[in-house]
Amino acid sequence: MKKHLLNITSNIEIARNIFEMKLTGPGVGSMTTPGQFLHVSVGNQSSKLLRRPLSICDVDQERKEVTLLYRAQGEGTKQLSHKSAEEVVDVLGPLGNGFELAENDHNRKALLIGGGIGVPPLYYLGKHLKKKGIEVTFILGYQSIEDSFYIEKFKDFGETIVTTVDGSLGIKGFVTDAMKNVVEDEPVIYSVGPAIMLKAVEERAIGLRGYLSLEERMGCGIGACFACVCPTETRESGYVKICSDGPVFKMGEVVL
Amino acid sequence: MSRLHVSLPGLNMKNPILPASGCFGFGKEYAKWYDLSVLGGITIKAATLEGRFGNPTPRVAETESGMLNAIGLQNPGVMKILENEIPALEPFNIPILANIAGSTEEEYIEVTRQISSSPQVSAVELNISCPNVKEGGIQFGTHYESAADLTRKVKAVSEKPVYVKLSPNVSNIVEMAQAVEEAGADGLSMINTLVGMKLDWRTGNPILANKTGGLSGPAIKPVAIRMIYEVSQKVSLPIIGMGGVSTAEDVLEMMSAGASAVAVGTANFVNPYVCPEIIEQLPKLLDEIGVENISEMTGRSTKQWKTPLSSR
Repeated sequence: MKKHLLNITSNIEIARNIFEMKLTGPGVGSMTTPGQFLHVSVGNQSSKLLRRPLSICDVDQERKEVTLLYRAQGEGTKQLSHKSAEEVVDVLGPLGNGFELAENDHNRKALLIGGGIGVPPLYYLGKHLKKKGIEVTFILGYQSIEDSFYIEKFKDFGETIVTTVDGSLGIKGFVTDAMKNVVEDEPVIYSVGPAIMLKAVEERAIGLRGYLSLEERMGCGIGACFACVCPTETRESGYVKICSDGPVFKMGEVVL
Repeated sequence: MSRLHVSLPGLNMKNPILPASGCFGFGKEYAKWYDLSVLGGITIKAATLEGRFGNPTPRVAETESGMLNAIGLQNPGVMKILENEIPALEPFNIPILANIAGSTEEEYIEVTRQISSSPQVSAVELNISCPNVKEGGIQFGTHYESAADLTRKVKAVSEKPVYVKLSPNVSNIVEMAQAVEEAGADGLSMINTLVGMKLDWRTGNPILANKTGGLSGPAIKPVAIRMIYEVSQKVSLPIIGMGGVSTAEDVLEMMSAGASAVAVGTANFVNPYVCPEIIEQLPKLLDEIGVENISEMTGRSTKQWKTPLSSR
């Protein structure tokens, strides 16, 4: 595992408070698995100490460029949003275990479900799955049209269904409201978002196989500080560490 | 002998730097980032008798120049630590300071008895200052008599030197240090975190599920420096200093205040390489001020004055 200094190539607001940051450097070469994250230093390490775990949204290996999407919500991510091209960002990673594709997943359809700032890692995943010839459907949930992003880009990889809480775009409601018809094909589920959404997705996908990627406030990001644990009934220890055992887990593996 | 060498009871260290308990797990995560044999020693995460799950999440919150944590002493229990964690550190051949915690006196005593009998453990650190558990922990660390009493009992069963980790959440840390010195402690670790809290201004709710947590990071360094400065003049025990140390300059400042070795905590989260980077930097700083051996730094702040500056 490594620390990298990456150069910002662009950092722009693509939806309300949602920023797309592109970074380049030799370290990008190791970022090959969808679902992994970078632990990003937001800038002034003496006042904002902790890194922010940001999932990898896309990687262009030819240009050695990684894309991160983040919501500028707290002080730290706001600081990050003020950085401009050519500035250097200190990142650890790639960290965590991404989405693994089991052999018997290959001839199945895939249903990728993301909510809010859980949407970005599905982009790199969708790209991978499509390359493997897997038929991909996306369900992307946002608060409203102003908060939505990347919808057109997702369409490059498969059918893209959008839900918004206020109904300003796509289906009014939550991602689970759009799941009814698509689960009949018995797809493999891949879902990223807040725990409450993942729990609802899991309940709608009973009997299906799938993978969930969890979010949590993190300390070290590498498994040492025990800040981001989640209970499980499938391991002797009774817990998993989201940063280093996850963030991706098999559906049913963790207690949400 | 190297100019960075320091020697404390049970801890023969090639340099004064060791990671602080709870900030480094049991070492194996950081061993993926660098060769741990460069460290002066390692403090492992607190052991309790049975495994503990710890507190609900969120367990961390960021604050200005610091962070709050309320992990709640999550660990697999002393037996599993002895079976799985401590043997994994063997290849690095560095002194191990084993942090021990408990809810009752009996638990502290039993954990000490077991862990101190490991030939790999160099010394134990008695954690009477964890602010994040309901029972034990800080209860023992805020009353002089119970702290002294526990120290005496743990000392009686320990096969290794005992360092008592002091809480800053007391009205007079000097009296606490004197009480545990009299009870037979071999050394002091100071300071643990300061109890703090952070609220979400939108909802009014605490960020941490435990509501309160322990404040660490650069924000608390001046408190640590002051406490080490005061205590080191009133007790003759060696002190492992800690609290917000993140640079080689911080290490020398803390040694000047009276520490004989220095533990690095929160800074490991900011930069996993911080300990080796500090160790590499220390000789350059010593050259800059014309000091040959780092052990000469300990207590410089008080040696320069005829009478202690402390008002307490």
